[in-house]
Amino acid sequence: MITKRIIPCLDVRNGRVVKGTNFENLGDVNDPVALASYYSEAGADELVFYDITASSEGRALFTDILKKTAETIFIPLTVGGGINTIDDFDRVLKCGADKVSVNSGAIRNPDLICEAAKKYGDQCVVISADVKRVDGQFTVFAKGGRENTGMEAISWIRRCVGNGAGEVVLNSIDTDGVKNGFDLEMLDAVCSAVSVPVIASGGAGKAEDFVTLFKTLPKVDAGLAASIFHFGEVKIGDLKRLLAENGINVRQITEEREL
Amino acid sequence: MTAIIDYGVGNLFSLKSSFAAIGCEAVVTGDPDVIAESERIILPGVGAFEDAARKLRDSGLDRVVIRETEKGKPLLGICLGMQMLFEKSYEYGEHAGLGLIAGAVRPMKGVIPDELKIPHIGWNGLIFPKNRERSALYRYIDEGDCVYFVHSYYGADCDESVSALTEYGALLTASVERGNVFGTQFHPEKSGSVGLRILKAFTEIE
Repeated sequence: MITKRIIPCLDVRNGRVVKGTNFENLGDVNDPVALASYYSEAGADELVFYDITASSEGRALFTDILKKTAETIFIPLTVGGGINTIDDFDRVLKCGADKVSVNSGAIRNPDLICEAAKKYGDQCVVISADVKRVDGQFTVFAKGGRENTGMEAISWIRRCVGNGAGEVVLNSIDTDGVKNGFDLEMLDAVCSAVSVPVIASGGAGKAEDFVTLFKTLPKVDAGLAASIFHFGEVKIGDLKRLLAENGINVRQITEEREL
Repeated sequence: MTAIIDYGVGNLFSLKSSFAAIGCEAVVTGDPDVIAESERIILPGVGAFEDAARKLRDSGLDRVVIRETEKGKPLLGICLGMQMLFEKSYEYGEHAGLGLIAGAVRPMKGVIPDELKIPHIGWNGLIFPKNRERSALYRYIDEGDCVYFVHSYYGADCDESVSALTEYGALLTASVERGNVFGTQFHPEKSGSVGLRILKAFTEIE
């Protein structure tokens, strides 16, 4: 049976991972390639690289990093951040990305998803939505959660999926950073509205939060987190063992053998 | 040398990199002479069957692949590349494939329970059929090892060729094999060290 995916997210600025880490055995904790291999070996099922660079120099560094990572590790890579045009899709796909996640770019130009899905297939296009409750309504925010678009989130996500987005990353601004667990209510609403895979993001503070997520909402396909992995609070191997003990089907990494 | 067939479909960066990672020379090429000189062939593919099959035909590489395969050269089709080995596909109509594997590619919809999502996307375990010897592709991995799938259609009517299955509400074809022709529905180049070991095993097939 298909396994639940655990996805660490790396924020990259000017070619370096932001948010410090305190891993042992990792010489340069801010080196995205080293960190990506570390996660891959630990059993990460997929990696998200998020480009938070604003300058074109930073962007060039980012694609360089992406290329080096794709040459080194062989699990699916999703790229987000600064994706506004088909050329941006092309740029990161050529460097080894498998999926591209769009957020503000799709809000500015909803046809972007259509166009990209036609050109690269639905499986390549991920809609990433930053959602917050405003007056009791799930509302989409743009520009890294700074700008209220006024759009109702469930209908927005449904529209993106209708346009060809093959996966949804739901980031709850309400639970993000609180470290008290994923936003189960919001996730449930999205899972009921779409038939494509849904990736939960925002709120993981401990390994048990992933158990609660997959136990409560079996429809959720994957859990994404950044800081708890980077700071070593949760180790992916331990997390997967805990999930397996709780009857959740995950991919276990077997001992590496020589090729 | 392994020839990774470039016919304008899909992203070959990871595939090429994965051969470098296992220390095997691979060339991404659409040149019939290079393909003729190669020791083995990879037929990749993502996207829609009709479009990919047309591009392969228009490039004339379909005949090159068939000719080289008939000489006994090992061929590995990956994902849509595996599906193209079949006689036909029912993805949006009916389209002819290369006919190297008996069977048809059919939609998963209706075959798997309605509550399961399509595409089948993510890591799933390999099941080896009891009634046949283990494929040479799997000499370095174990039954149950997980590999990465992304697909909405599957290889059907191909019982004799199935070398591995995976369970997604139903048993689906994970890989096929007939003589020197191999195909994996999953992406070995995205399946971590298990995937690299499968590619390594392929490069050792004579």
